[in-house]
Amino acid sequence: MPIQCSKCTEQRAVLKRPKTGQSLCKECFFIVFEEEIHHTIVSAQLFKPGETVAIGASGGKDSTVLAHVMKVLNERYKYGLNLMLLSVDEGITGYRDDSLETVKRNQEQYDLPLKIVSYEELYGWTMDAIVKQALDRGAKLLNVDKICTGHNADDLAETVLMNVLRGDIARLRRCTSISTSSGGEDVLPRCKPLKYAYEKEIVLYAYFKKLDYFSTECIYSPNAYRGHARAFLKDLESVRPSAIMAVLHSGENLSIKESVKMPVQGTCGRCGYISSQALCKACVLLEGLNRGLPKLGIGKHHRLHEKLLSQQPLSNAEERKLKAVDF
Amino acid sequence: LAAAALWDVLGILLGGAELLFDGVKEHHVTLPSQSEPWNMKQLLVWIGQNLLKERPELFVQGDDVRPGILVLINDADWELMGQLDYELQDKDNVVFISTLHGG
Ligand SMILES: [Zn+2]
Ligand SMILES: [Zn+2]
Repeated sequence: MPIQCSKCTEQRAVLKRPKTGQSLCKECFFIVFEEEIHHTIVSAQLFKPGETVAIGASGGKDSTVLAHVMKVLNERYKYGLNLMLLSVDEGITGYRDDSLETVKRNQEQYDLPLKIVSYEELYGWTMDAIVKQALDRGAKLLNVDKICTGHNADDLAETVLMNVLRGDIARLRRCTSISTSSGGEDVLPRCKPLKYAYEKEIVLYAYFKKLDYFSTECIYSPNAYRGHARAFLKDLESVRPSAIMAVLHSGENLSIKESVKMPVQGTCGRCGYISSQALCKACVLLEGLNRGLPKLGIGKHHRLHEKLLSQQPLSNAEERKLKAVDF
Repeated sequence: LAAAALWDVLGILLGGAELLFDGVKEHHVTLPSQSEPWNMKQLLVWIGQNLLKERPELFVQGDDVRPGILVLINDADWELMGQLDYELQDKDNVVFISTLHGG
């Protein structure tokens, strides 16, 4: 016996919403999903008319849904935004090629201009210029005012939990903010229109809309620390779906006592750019390219930063982990 | 009633879940006949024994699918259809979509 849509009471329901428990048909789901993102954008005043907004596009589900919804809402509600897709080519053969191919198809499907910034392109610049984040650099080239990214409610709940588990109070305070203002003249403001959208709904939206996206290998091994946190949240969600929103809400409303000492945001030991690690991302990336270890710029390897700073050689085991891999 | 019938089921894996099945997305499956209709719980066991190629812990957890893998039966969320207790019909279409892969 098929369940009817609780909204229009006519069509067959195709999903149970994790946020509300409502049963919705395909069309009602599309409307509700898009309207909630519109509400997020309007109530947090994420954009101003006339702005050029780059959508950080990886070809994955979140950024693909984001690009689609931003395009739809920009037209439906006349945001007056100049939208474009912005992608970073890490220059590594393997899965990245497929994800870039997906982004290229998205460009045609959504009729949005696409700019792919390659590390090579950055590489040709001066040392000083390289030390900025790739997306920011690319966006600067295009006179973009803002970057929006596909972080969803599940991602943010996970980040809250991870910061609690790491005792990282400074990040815990910052991690749930829906937008960041410009962090210096070369860092663009960023925002997250999908902040309150559940991963389940993003995936089902992409599925029912037949959006073209690319899935990478499992990003978290279930036994890694972050993998445990993710699995824990998913387990909680399967018992009580509102757990995701509850964690996010807790993160947003935590206030930190004045007496809590905040770590001072440090600077990169090589170039002086703001960095919470010994070396900034760009310097690590450059170092990786120079040493023929492309993965250095991708994963989290801050334990190696001291070695890199003092120009010490890496051990064989460390090098093996950072070589271009067979995907 | 349908004791002698065979259940033809089309299983589709998406969102990275196919990577645990040799990268194969579409599986046309004919389930062996049994006296009671097949339900999803039994289908999962059967998939684990016959189709799943690697790292079963990324697909099943206990006798359920791993949280974070969405299941659609005939293009509707299985949470609307009794989940593990859903009794399969001939020619049913079951889709598993992983949300646990990069995006
Ligand atoms: Zn409806
Ligand atoms: Zn640096």
